[in-house]
Amino acid sequence: MGTLRYAASRLLQALGLVLAVVVLNFVLVHAAPGDPVETIAGASGGMSPELMAQLRTQYGLDRSLPVQLGVYLGKVAQGDLGYSYFFNLPVTSMIAERVPATLLLVLSAVLLAFFVGTALGVLSSRRPNGLLSQFITVLSLVGFAAPVFWLGIMLVILLASVFPVLPVAGMRSIDSTGGGGFADMLDVAHHLVLPTLTLSLVYLAQYSRLARSSMLDVLGSDFIRTARAKGLADRVVLYKHALRNALLPVVTVLGLQFGNVLAGAILVETVFNWPGLGRLAFESVLRRDYPTILGVLLFSSIVVVVMNQLTDLCYRFIDPRIKTS
Amino acid sequence: MQLPPPQLPLLTRRTTLLSATLLAASNLLPLYAFAAEEPKRGGTLVIGSTQTPRHLNGAVQSGIATAMPSTQIFASPLRFDDKWNPQPYLAESWKLAEDGKSLTLKLRKDALFHDGKPVTSADVAFSIMAIKANHPFTTMMGPVEKVDTPDPYTAVIRMGVPHPAIVLAMSPALCPILPKHIYGDGQDLKNHPRNTTDVVGSGPFRVTEFKPAQRIVMERFDKFFLPNKPYLDKVIVNITPDMASLVLGLERGDVQMLPFATLPTDLKRFANDPRVSLTPKGYDGIGALNWLAFNTAKKPLSDVQVRKAIATAIDKNFIAKALMGGFATVSDGPLVANSPFAVPDLVRYPLDLKKAGEMLDAAGYKAGANGERFKLTIDYLPGADDQQKNVAEYIRGQLKKVGITVEVRASADFPAWAKRLASHDFDMSMDVVFNWGDPIIGVHRTYLSTNIKPIVWTNTQSYANPKVDELLNTAGGLIDPTQRKAYYATFQKIVTDELPIEFINQVPYHTITNKKVANVPTTIWGPLSPLDEVYIK
Repeated sequence: MGTLRYAASRLLQALGLVLAVVVLNFVLVHAAPGDPVETIAGASGGMSPELMAQLRTQYGLDRSLPVQLGVYLGKVAQGDLGYSYFFNLPVTSMIAERVPATLLLVLSAVLLAFFVGTALGVLSSRRPNGLLSQFITVLSLVGFAAPVFWLGIMLVILLASVFPVLPVAGMRSIDSTGGGGFADMLDVAHHLVLPTLTLSLVYLAQYSRLARSSMLDVLGSDFIRTARAKGLADRVVLYKHALRNALLPVVTVLGLQFGNVLAGAILVETVFNWPGLGRLAFESVLRRDYPTILGVLLFSSIVVVVMNQLTDLCYRFIDPRIKTS
Repeated sequence: MQLPPPQLPLLTRRTTLLSATLLAASNLLPLYAFAAEEPKRGGTLVIGSTQTPRHLNGAVQSGIATAMPSTQIFASPLRFDDKWNPQPYLAESWKLAEDGKSLTLKLRKDALFHDGKPVTSADVAFSIMAIKANHPFTTMMGPVEKVDTPDPYTAVIRMGVPHPAIVLAMSPALCPILPKHIYGDGQDLKNHPRNTTDVVGSGPFRVTEFKPAQRIVMERFDKFFLPNKPYLDKVIVNITPDMASLVLGLERGDVQMLPFATLPTDLKRFANDPRVSLTPKGYDGIGALNWLAFNTAKKPLSDVQVRKAIATAIDKNFIAKALMGGFATVSDGPLVANSPFAVPDLVRYPLDLKKAGEMLDAAGYKAGANGERFKLTIDYLPGADDQQKNVAEYIRGQLKKVGITVEVRASADFPAWAKRLASHDFDMSMDVVFNWGDPIIGVHRTYLSTNIKPIVWTNTQSYANPKVDELLNTAGGLIDPTQRKAYYATFQKIVTDELPIEFINQVPYHTITNKKVANVPTTIWGPLSPLDEVYIK
């Protein structure tokens, strides 16, 4: 079977998956008590019944749920995610405005977790029962077990209040005019430290555990013994022979875990007031802003599906042993 | 509780004329002539806010989230001081007709919109009709039939019935004057694109950046019609859903003003902080009451004796002093204590657990073998635990002592709670409701039997008393403030006697500011009024 045909069938599967995600999200979101018009009435400090009925008609909320779903699917098929009920802005432009912030946070967290996590894992695999290894194990267990929001709050208290070296929240200084110049980039980087650290700690712990066990696995195999037997330096054995092979499972997890990192970003963005997609999704749920919630979830599901498909496809090139079943 | 001012000085013909003339004259005097120091020009004020505005146009969107920026961007015909007296703003003088059916506004001739076009009576007429058609508070401009514009600087608001509330309805938070040349293009005003982008008003600050749910940046409007004002160069509203990070921001100096703060822990922390000032002033206009609402359509709460017994089992002083750290004041009636219409002659229910038990016995709800008389549920507004959840928990404990088993029902978020209230699916619920200045806007809605609706903040208590309906409907149209107050006095007596609501406390809103901020807004609308006089020392 050709790669092209394989890719096409995977694409079809992906489309079905995204459709299922949209329908499921639609049903779940509408199952939550209360509706967007009540939220708007709440934000207004009260509202007349006529106005509420008018808004419901305008948003199509007076129609039956299946009809609303049909209308929504029809629009999504044409690439129209609709307007936010709350802000009366196109959902696509709201998402587009917030993608860079989330991407910046997620990528820096993933990269930090990957590099530092792997490095810690490799270090601790050299002497699996040494003091350093024990320390890293404890550290990664704590990182793995602690809730993200708790970690975030603790880091804020430590590094923004007790030792006020880092900003409390936000992506830029309050009086920043943005602009993207060098000073602006420094400002954003300064604000990025705490959220990245918080989001990456959980994954850092995971990757270090994974890298450690994978390294131990590989270090026990025959070709390592052969390498050592032919007199190669310890460093070469470790980093050139063992690490390369040990990395495979870490890379796999990295690709597959992208969705989890996005989910973690919701919490971190909320704690740090980071203006990304996660915060938008969370606050839209509180506002029952259906089009925005569905838009963000649809976008995220597409990102996750694409990442997974890419991982799968890459595998076929990296490891020729993996063939279609 | 303090007595309210002896009379409302804004509505009789003579005082109106007199005050208008005096105020017009005083307007010529240099401002803050008596202030200890000269206000300083320049600087940026960062306001921390947990409230997310939908957009910036307060003419079609009520609520504090929009009002805070909207009152900076848009000017209104009048503004108010801290004693409910109207002051000239866009209108140099004004006159409510003797029959209460027309309000004549004489506009100043030098007011400009941010795009350079002059503010005329056509804009005023357009805005008032726009507010009538779109603003969620329908009773505010309801009686307005049309606005005549005999010349470019005179606007005459004509009403079908006498409507004294029209003067207060000219406030910055309620009556932003929109430029007709922008908003009069025939598009639906509630969804007008200019509510969000390139918003143009005639207020002291113009918008330079609006990022929904993130921040609003407003810069000084150099051609603002009041000379030398505003003093600030820039106002930034920094929106964060998390109060704790705003508090931290204030401590660090990133944020200079934090309005609508209620948490006793925050207030206590700042009360002794030499870097900040704290004031409870500036919240009379919105008049926020924290109360326990009874669903009077449901047994046993349909029995007024049961409601009275419950009230008798609650110690409001404990709530205000202990639960709210002494920052809140007890409330005993439907009007906020500083309202010109509030009266001290109310029916009160001092704590007496024994008496409460006897009242329940007398009402026919004897305690069963396990000491229980009946079960009730209590809901509360999520997200304001200090005012709502904690009080609900306290009430549960108190009512247990008199044999009522209460289940505190949590709601996941605002829409979930609003749904329960709107569908009248509750026994008792804690709630925060605003007076919004004139009783006709924020008070009538809770008690009129014609307003029993499946909507939050209507008469979801299902309270119906024809006498109360008549009193309110008459009071709404009385021009003479003394007479009007007399009607409201009877209303307050009846409502506190029949108790569809157990009033608990006034929400202890405070404005916390960095010591460097001078002229912190303490008028009746406080932070919901133009910040043109605020400056940084």
